[in-house]
Amino acid sequence: MRDVAIIGVGCTEFGELWDKSFRELFVEAGVSAIEDANVQGGKIDALYVGNMSGGRFIEQEHLGALIADYSGLASLHIPSTRVEAACASGGLALRQGIIAVASGYHDIVIAGGAEKMTDVGVETTTDALAAAADREWEGIMGATFPGLYAMIARLHMYKYGTTQEQLAAVAVKNHHNGTMNPKAQFQNEISIETVLNSLMVADPLRVFDCSPITDGASAVVIAPAEIARKYTDTPIYVKASAQASGTISLHDRPDITTIDATVAAANWAYKMAKLKPKDIGFAEVHDCFTIAEICAIEDLGFVKKGEGGKATESGMTALGGKIPINPSGGLKACGHPVGATGVKQAVEITLQLRGEAGKRQIEGADIGLTHNVGGSGGTAVVHIFGREK
Amino acid sequence: MNVGIVSYGAYIPKYRIRVEEIAKVWGANANSIIDGLMVFEKSVPDLDEDTITIAVEAARHAINRAGINPEKIGAIYTGSESHPYAVKPSSTVVAEAIGATPDITVADFEFACKAGTAAIQTCMGMVETGMIELGMAIGADVSQGAPGDALEYTAAAGGVAYIIGKKDQVANIESTYSYTTDTPDFWRREGMPYPEHGGRFTGEPGYFKHVSSAAEGLMKRMGTKPSDYNYAIFHQPNGKFPTRVAKMLGFSSEQIKPGLVVPRLGNTYSGSCMMGLAATLDIAKAGDRIFMTSFGSGAGSDAFSFMVTDRIEEIRNGAPSVEKLLADPIYINYATYARHKNKIKL
Amino acid sequence: MSVPRFWRRLKNLYNLIGTHCEKCGGFFYPPRNMCPKCRRNGIVNPFKFKGAGVVVTYTIVHTAAKDYAKLTPYILAIIQLDEGPRLTSQVICDHSHIHIGLRVKSAFRRLGEESDKGMIYYGTKFVPMEPKP
Repeated sequence: MRDVAIIGVGCTEFGELWDKSFRELFVEAGVSAIEDANVQGGKIDALYVGNMSGGRFIEQEHLGALIADYSGLASLHIPSTRVEAACASGGLALRQGIIAVASGYHDIVIAGGAEKMTDVGVETTTDALAAAADREWEGIMGATFPGLYAMIARLHMYKYGTTQEQLAAVAVKNHHNGTMNPKAQFQNEISIETVLNSLMVADPLRVFDCSPITDGASAVVIAPAEIARKYTDTPIYVKASAQASGTISLHDRPDITTIDATVAAANWAYKMAKLKPKDIGFAEVHDCFTIAEICAIEDLGFVKKGEGGKATESGMTALGGKIPINPSGGLKACGHPVGATGVKQAVEITLQLRGEAGKRQIEGADIGLTHNVGGSGGTAVVHIFGREK
Repeated sequence: MNVGIVSYGAYIPKYRIRVEEIAKVWGANANSIIDGLMVFEKSVPDLDEDTITIAVEAARHAINRAGINPEKIGAIYTGSESHPYAVKPSSTVVAEAIGATPDITVADFEFACKAGTAAIQTCMGMVETGMIELGMAIGADVSQGAPGDALEYTAAAGGVAYIIGKKDQVANIESTYSYTTDTPDFWRREGMPYPEHGGRFTGEPGYFKHVSSAAEGLMKRMGTKPSDYNYAIFHQPNGKFPTRVAKMLGFSSEQIKPGLVVPRLGNTYSGSCMMGLAATLDIAKAGDRIFMTSFGSGAGSDAFSFMVTDRIEEIRNGAPSVEKLLADPIYINYATYARHKNKIKL
Repeated sequence: MSVPRFWRRLKNLYNLIGTHCEKCGGFFYPPRNMCPKCRRNGIVNPFKFKGAGVVVTYTIVHTAAKDYAKLTPYILAIIQLDEGPRLTSQVICDHSHIHIGLRVKSAFRRLGEESDKGMIYYGTKFVPMEPKP
């Protein structure tokens, strides 16, 4: 098993991108990443495409072949694989790429993710996203995604005294970070009042507690660490890559307020990197809903279970705080093109570690962590990156 | 006869709308409507209730009341004017939901408000001949009244299930007699949302002719008279009709009082006098004799004579009484009512 | 949900029939044929739950898609049955009365319909065990 590094990154704008199709988005992100890596297209050994629901959103499957073809790489017969784990599709694609290079099977690999969500109406989108839960036993009972996370929030508030204001603080922070991210879907400041006055979606989660519907794509180029410096002066090393499954439905979760897949993946990642939670400098976590970020910082071990709300309210996770969380604006402000998110998180960590994050640069960014979750916690993928091997 | 009621169960949805609330919308005089119909309020189904869910709840109450083994039920017949499917029986869902499948025969009945009592007669025959051990007859409806029509004040929701058998009867069915003619006093065409009715024609040639003929016919066959009975229940489209027919036949207002639930419930159509019978059984004592005559538009009446046994005390508290089901209702306004009854086309 | 898919689960939905592993004593609703603890060594048989339970957490859904939009706002909850397993369902009760710890019992209700020409789905929802004080 050899060490692996990210040698190039690319990301499209995130938003309602009427003029761009799914394949155009992925190719744009992929080409950006290749140019950033200074690598020749012919040198790419494999392609991993993270996507949750091509079938429902654009009535298209066989996405590995589609992207290989439209990147101009099918003529080279590049192996191309579509990877799916609901909202963790991107993180999973990244991990598959890392494993391919670490194992020695392939040398230069592109791992990317994309989702084109706005070609269909909101009803279809909502129904497509509901497939991340258990259709037979949650969906048929009228469980919506916001509904499931709202139940997590309700119990979290009951057990730990987390407040609506603390939930809102997550959205406010992420929007603030988004104002400094030119690729983010939302680049506007919001206040706690804005969140608390927005329409109720599933009590206690309001519109502003929920991540949006977004189009976008992200890609990274992965290479063996030993040859990374041929392509870039700032290779970003993969210190750990871990993945865990959990129950698909929320009702079977041992503790409804803990995503134990996150805990398991994080533990494996820390072990692999020989690090502890306190060694992590900053992180991109899965804030599909405000409560999800609160649970994430607890489950990743940054704060004790139940303290996530207070920690956010105190500013601990702000850009200038003790452990900045979601400097990109997170899923909330940057947007959540489902398959792309997990890869975008790695792009953000890379930019931060290289010192290329512009206005949202974290001072002395050193070790970064990405956390990507599928559904209400059926899959969790955790990566740790650093400037040293 | 060797057959009787072995158990019974009722179900009434929690929502109610008052006559005043409906009258307000149409600019009608609530007091004169209440006086004219002797109805104060009616039951309204919840957004996720329909004739099938009501039939299942009533059936489950009947099973639980006497601790019946559902595998012993050989037939289920559900009578209604508001079956959710025009083709696909409500009775198969009921059978599955009480665990009586697959060794069973079922079918659905329709005869306006007397579909339930027709089902009772069918079960009686099947049990009497030994074809089945137990039969279940259900009358359930989520009746529709056209907006602004007189029927809107009384068309209610509810259901009752009776289990008929030979062993462990709580009320023996002494005899039954029916009177039927082709009299088009009230009907609903396939595909139409609301029924049509003949106004005053539904009275004399409809209700009164058939109820009194069936009642007199039964008493003649049995050699009984009104004073031989402790209680009487007549079909209750409103409070006035059963009160008047009782008087015409020689029954007193005391006799019909426990079974007269329509003022607080409305007309549950196929469940109507079956609900009145349930309310009466809830308070009857061993040795009480009960007279019942249903009416279904179209038209026909089924008359029954029951003799209550001492087993009624043993099983009485095994399921909610009609009084319990009528208690603590949730009152709604016309807008909410229209939403619940799908009167707003989406 | 297609007709065969719903039909396969009819009995489970109507009558709260799940499974029980005789080996480790685990109770499962929704039903599982593979016991998560014993896996291939498990002895799994059907089991009918009584329908009594307690609300573990809940939400009031205001925005829902398609068929469920007709019912909003509705209470979605995770309920723990007395025998042990937890399931997701709706609770029919006053919105001011729903709380964590509410004792509930099963009720037979319409879950939805495929369309106004399509199949009607029936199943189990929950109501408070005691009326609101």
